[in-house]
Amino acid sequence: MPSVLFYLFAAITLLFGVGVVVARNPVASALSLVCSFTGLAALFISLDAYFIGTLQILVYAGAVMVLFLFIIMLLDIKAAEGRPTNYATAVGGLLLAVLFTIQIAMVLGGFKEGRIALADQPLKMEATASKATLNTIKDELAEGTLPDAKLMGFTLFDKYPFQLQVVGLLLLAGTVGVVVLSKRDRKEEVS
Amino acid sequence: MITLNDYLMVAGILFAIGLAGVVVRRNIIVIYMCLEMMLSAANLTLVAFSRFHLVDGAPDYAAQSLVFFTITVAAAEVAVGLAIIVALFRAKQSVDVESVTKLQG
Repeated sequence: MPSVLFYLFAAITLLFGVGVVVARNPVASALSLVCSFTGLAALFISLDAYFIGTLQILVYAGAVMVLFLFIIMLLDIKAAEGRPTNYATAVGGLLLAVLFTIQIAMVLGGFKEGRIALADQPLKMEATASKATLNTIKDELAEGTLPDAKLMGFTLFDKYPFQLQVVGLLLLAGTVGVVVLSKRDRKEEVS
Repeated sequence: MITLNDYLMVAGILFAIGLAGVVVRRNIIVIYMCLEMMLSAANLTLVAFSRFHLVDGAPDYAAQSLVFFTITVAAAEVAVGLAIIVALFRAKQSVDVESVTKLQG
């Protein structure tokens, strides 16, 4: 990917990320976060992670943010809007972010393994094809395309089937938990 | 030339922005959004390391599987968290963190 696109999408991700924190209206925050996640999905795709990038848009920018907007609209929050900014907290938060960024920059400055460029690290389809066990994956690799979703699914079901089941159980527990939490108490309604 | 360090730097800054948001904002819903941003920043580091650590010439799919699980857990967490926020709003008529001080000594 050309460097211009990297800087463009990194800027989109970070600037809209700042927008989430700065915006006073929660709806504006949520919409900024959608844009930020879209930029992040583009960065994922620039790293040849097509499946994760798609998932980022579908799950985060789509489902999760719609849920956020739904709750914001449902609760109809206006009370917190007109309050003055607490400058002590704002300066503290800014200082924390700047210190953290400086720390990361200094750590990365000494990280020699990280200086390898993306262009020097090309994918080797033939090497992958010789190791692939499924014919559909092998055929696509032989054609020179990366069957990202297929390789991802193969890894999930071949190496981590138990973990996949556990995550499914977690989602079920989450669903049950949400129902229990949102159910109005009978006694509460009577009183 | 885009290097691994560039991606890690973007992820670090995104994490820092989310952290600042969690500290500065007092609206619980916005704090939640900033938490999601920090989770996504961690996902970006995982995907970057996966791309730069080639296994048989392909990205390391173990790392991307971890990202898949993180996204799933984050989605479940958001659903439960927002249900808690709705319950809190019913009790307090506010989503301000300073309205919840019952555990404060």
